[in-house]
Order: sequence, then C-alpha cells, then structure tokens
Amino acid sequence: MTTISRSPDVTADPAAGLPTHVSLADTFSQTMTMAWRATLKMRRNFEQFFDVTIQPLLFTAMFAYIFGGAVSGDVSKYLPILIPGLIAQTVLTACVATGVQLREDMDKGVFDRFRVLPISRIAPLAGPMVADMLRYAIAATLTFATGIAMGYRPGGGFFGVFCAIILAIITGWSLAWVFTWFGTVGKSAQVVQGYSLMVMFPLTFLSNAFVPASTLPDWLQTFVKFNPVSHVVSAVRSLANQGQFTGEVGWALLGCGIVIAIFAPLAVRSFSRKI
Amino acid sequence: MNNHSSPTGSPAVEAHGLVKEFADMRAVDGVDLTVQRGEVFGVLGPNGAGKTTMLKMLATLLPIDAGEARIFGTDVREHPHVVRQLLGVTGQYASVDENLTASENLMLFGRLQGLPRARARTTGLELLDQFGLMEAADKPISQFSGGMRRRLDLAASLITRPPLIFLDEPTTGLDPRTRGEMWTTIRELVRDGCTVLLTTQYLDEADQLADRIAVIDRGVKVAEGTSDELKSSVGRSTLQLQLVSSDDMPAAARVAESVLGEQPVLTPEARRMNIALQRSDQAVDVLIALREQHLAIESMTVQKPSLDEVFLALTGHDTSEPDHPSDDPQDDVADPHNLETVR
Ligand SMILES: Nc1ncnc2c1ncn2[C@@H]1O[C@H](COP(=O)(O)OP(=O)(O)O)[C@@H](O)[C@H]1O
Repeated sequence: MTTISRSPDVTADPAAGLPTHVSLADTFSQTMTMAWRATLKMRRNFEQFFDVTIQPLLFTAMFAYIFGGAVSGDVSKYLPILIPGLIAQTVLTACVATGVQLREDMDKGVFDRFRVLPISRIAPLAGPMVADMLRYAIAATLTFATGIAMGYRPGGGFFGVFCAIILAIITGWSLAWVFTWFGTVGKSAQVVQGYSLMVMFPLTFLSNAFVPASTLPDWLQTFVKFNPVSHVVSAVRSLANQGQFTGEVGWALLGCGIVIAIFAPLAVRSFSRKI
Repeated sequence: MNNHSSPTGSPAVEAHGLVKEFADMRAVDGVDLTVQRGEVFGVLGPNGAGKTTMLKMLATLLPIDAGEARIFGTDVREHPHVVRQLLGVTGQYASVDENLTASENLMLFGRLQGLPRARARTTGLELLDQFGLMEAADKPISQFSGGMRRRLDLAASLITRPPLIFLDEPTTGLDPRTRGEMWTTIRELVRDGCTVLLTTQYLDEADQLADRIAVIDRGVKVAEGTSDELKSSVGRSTLQLQLVSSDDMPAAARVAESVLGEQPVLTPEARRMNIALQRSDQAVDVLIALREQHLAIESMTVQKPSLDEVFLALTGHDTSEPDHPSDDPQDDVADPHNLETVR
C-alpha cells in the first residue's frame, strides 16, 4: 500500500465477508494495545505514581508507630500483621485511582473514537487495568521494602514474598473491575471518587488488615469473616510470613473470580451503552 | 458532478424514519436519508437541528429509537461491528488522544484495527505526510493548532481506508484559510473514491463540497437536492451586466425590457445593470438582443440565489449563526455557479 488510491468501486459490496464479532485473539491484542497507550500516558503524567510510592512509605511508618504498641506490644511484632494489611489497603487505593482515571479518560473525545472503532468493547476498559498492574506491583513491593527497612523479617523468604506480591497484583486487577464499573456509571470523576472511597474504607478497615479479628465485637466479626479483603490479607500473611499456600489463598482467588464475574460484565454493559 | 446517480449495489447510507428522543424533545424526528456511493452528501442545518444526533445513530454511537438504517446494506442495529469496519468518523467528539503524539496516535488506531506494527507505522507516516503534519509527528497534541488537530482527527479515521467517512462539522471554529485547506483535503478524499457524509451549519460549505444536500431543521428534513436544485426551487436568477460605455445604459435597459418585459435595476456609476430572470437561459436572449443593437458588454454573470436565501425560504428563519465566517475570500473565487466572461 503506497498511497491513498482507491478507484470508486460501485459494484463490489464492501460489507461482504466482514466478521460480525471480535475474536478472542483480537480482543487480547487490542487490550494490550490499550495497555501500551496507558503506559505512555503514565510516563507523561508522573503524578499517577504518587499514590503507590508516597503512601506505602508514609502509611507503613505511621501505622507501625501508632498502632504497634497498642495491638502487639511493640513495633517489630506488629509488622508481620501490618504489612500484609497495608498491602491490601494500598492496592485497593490504587484500584480506586484506576476507576477515577477511567472516568476522566471517558470524558475525553478519544473514547468516542474508541466506541466507533471495530474493536472489542472490553479493550478500552481492560487495557488501562492491565497497565495499572504495574502500579499495584510497585505499591506491594514498596510496602514490603519499607517494612523490611523497619525490621520486618518475612518468614516466607523471598519466594513467599514474591507470591504475596503476585497475589496482591491479581487482587488489585480483580477489585479494579468494581471501581471501573463505578467509573462507567458515575457522572463525574469526583462522584466516582466519592463512591469508591465509601466502598474502599469499610472494606479495608472492617477487615483483619490492621487488627486481629478476635478483638472485634461479634457482629463485626461476622462481617470481617465474609469480607473478601480479609481473605486476601490472611492469604498474603500466610504466603509472606510462613511461605504456605493455605486455604486462604484459595478463598482469596475465589473471591477475586466472583468479583470479576459480577463486575466485568456490568462495566462492559454500561460502557457500551454510555453516550 | 452527479456522476454516481445510478450505482449498482446498495447505497452507502440508507435510512428510513430515523427517530431519536431525548427526555424532553425529539432531536431527530423521522428522517429519511440515502447517500449513494462515491458522492459527498451534505446535511445542512443550524446549531441544534439534530445533525450530530443523526450521525451518531448511523455511526452506532447512539441507539436508534425508531426507524432503520443500513450502511452498504448492513443493518446498523443488527451488525454494529460490521458497520464500524466500514466507517471512519471525525467530529468534535470523536477525536484523538491528547496525551499522545501525532505518530503515537496513528500507531494506536492502526494497531487497534489489526494492522501489524510495521504496517501501522508506514501507513501512519504516509498519512502524516499527506496531511502536512510530518514536522509535528512527535509533538504532543497540546501544541497543535486547531487546523492541525482537525487534520490529525481526519487522518486517524483514514488509517484503515474505510469506504465511508462521516465528517461532523469539519470546519466549525476554524479560520477562513484553514477552512479552505480542509475543503481541499475533503475533495481529495472523494477523488480517491471515498463516500463522504458531512454535516455543516455553513451554507457555503455545503455549496462548495456536497453533490447533494439535505436541509435539516428541528429534527426534520425540510428539503433535499443538489445545491442548484435547492436554489432554483426558491429564488430566481439574476443576470448582471457591465457595459463598456455608460452612454449605452438607457438603450440597453430598453432592450432588456423589451425581451423580458421587466425593467432592469440600473447602477449607472458602475455601468452596471441587474436583470431578473425567470429561467437562466433567458440570459442568452438578452445577450443576443444586445449584440444586435451593437451594445458592448464589459462583463456578465448569472447569479443564482444564495443558499442563505434558500434556507430562509425553507425554514422561515435564518441560520442565526453569529460566528459564520461569511467574509471568506474563497466564496466568490471558487463558486462554480458564477459563469463569468470578460469582454
Ligand atoms: N444527550 C443528549 N441529551 C439530551 N438532549 C440532547 C442530547 N444530545 C443532543 N441533545 C439535544 O438534541 C438537539 C439536537 O442536537 P444535535 O444533534 O447536537 O444538533 P446539531 O448537531 O445539529 O447542532 C439539541 O437541541 C440538543 O440539545
């Protein structure tokens, strides 16, 4: 193909033989292209990394010194409880940003062009989420690093920590579908942010992330037990501190699967409908 | 101009009784539309007439409330994915990514539509070259002028060479010179075999670019035809004559009156007279009579009524567009309907 030169062909039917659906392989490659776009954006808006760099450093130190004595007697005994909890929290915060940024992105003209392109409806949503896995990885790694600098010695060793980080990334990607759905239904980025925080705070604080569940009143313990974040936190703890794949890992992955099964279709449907 | 009047195969666009209702109004209220392959079809109407809404329904961006639409014979509601493969859409809403450079944008849209990396790259470069954006290839879009933005928007919709292009108000907000450049680009597209459906609120733009025009007002199509047909459906043409000598004015006026039975309007200082015509070919009768009387003519023009007059007559109100750049110097120069001969 050298120049734009097409003789007006009025007999051939240009619609003939065109596929009526996007294949799975195309969906995947379109999603990766969208992820590439998102990483280009990240490089140009570096403040997108603040929440996954500053927050782990700040929160780890703050929570350890404030709650350490009260919960575990001293800071170094609290770190094995706190670090997995904080990982869940920072990754969840990063997920909120995923949804808010999608909303901001959708208000721009380029999203209307995505809608008229013959591409999978899921690619514009899933692409940025794939790129954001990088942010979840940074958040989880930095939280571990800060903890280790403060004296945390994870019993699971390098392999346990590595698996814990992978689990955190999977969790982030799954839960991001909730906030992506918020992103497609919310009227503005502020509204999306508001909703997301309203969901994010109870999920993280009404869990075993920062205190052992046994210290809570009975009714709260019930909620904590069913909160998927609790299972993720327990799973991260067992991986990082003991290097063990306990049943909690299974529960955490199951929870992630359920979240995706519910919220991915919701998000895609509301995205395709949105004007 | 109208050399695609009898194509075989289904039309590029075929819509019947299109309706779109918003909460409190019918933005599009039963519009029929047929766009033949290879033609430029203009949808003309003032701001808020429903042009964008109609285009968005045809482009699968808005659900169709009632009626049906086919693109190259494919039902828009049934097979949106097929329709999207046949379409390039450019409008203020469907634009490019402001966070990326021009060449990254073209790479993005090429890759998304299945071009291999190398092909996407070369096609992108060709388009940047064709649209005069080569020097700005690696600049962020935020540094682009309005005209450059529009050209890049258009380039981005052409990357897979779709056979049908929707242009939603392609020159709104551009200065006259940039508008002229955009018009040239659009003409080149058509020469390459594209079918173009464009909307505009500028009468001169429809006049300049479109083979056929549909006039839309408040969601309803009020007229359709070539620019000439629309004009002759409304007003009468005028023959404008400039004489060599002002001494001939009274004699020439008498001749014109005897031929047409109507008194011409004289502007003696300019040696000019305007003669109203029932039909354009009556101009010839006047000219022959003047020649027989040996009255010399400096120049002559047959003027059709302007589309502004057409619009007023069709809708009962004018286009009421304050930012209409009517001082465009291109207007008179390129108007094919002014046949001008000197001496
Ligand atoms: N999403 C929407 N919700 C409600 N009203 C709308 C919406 N989009 C357009 N309209 C209304 O529909 C009418 C037609 O709009 P539009 O198609 O944009 O006109 P045009 O493109 O001719 O300027 C306008 O009165 C506009 O206010």
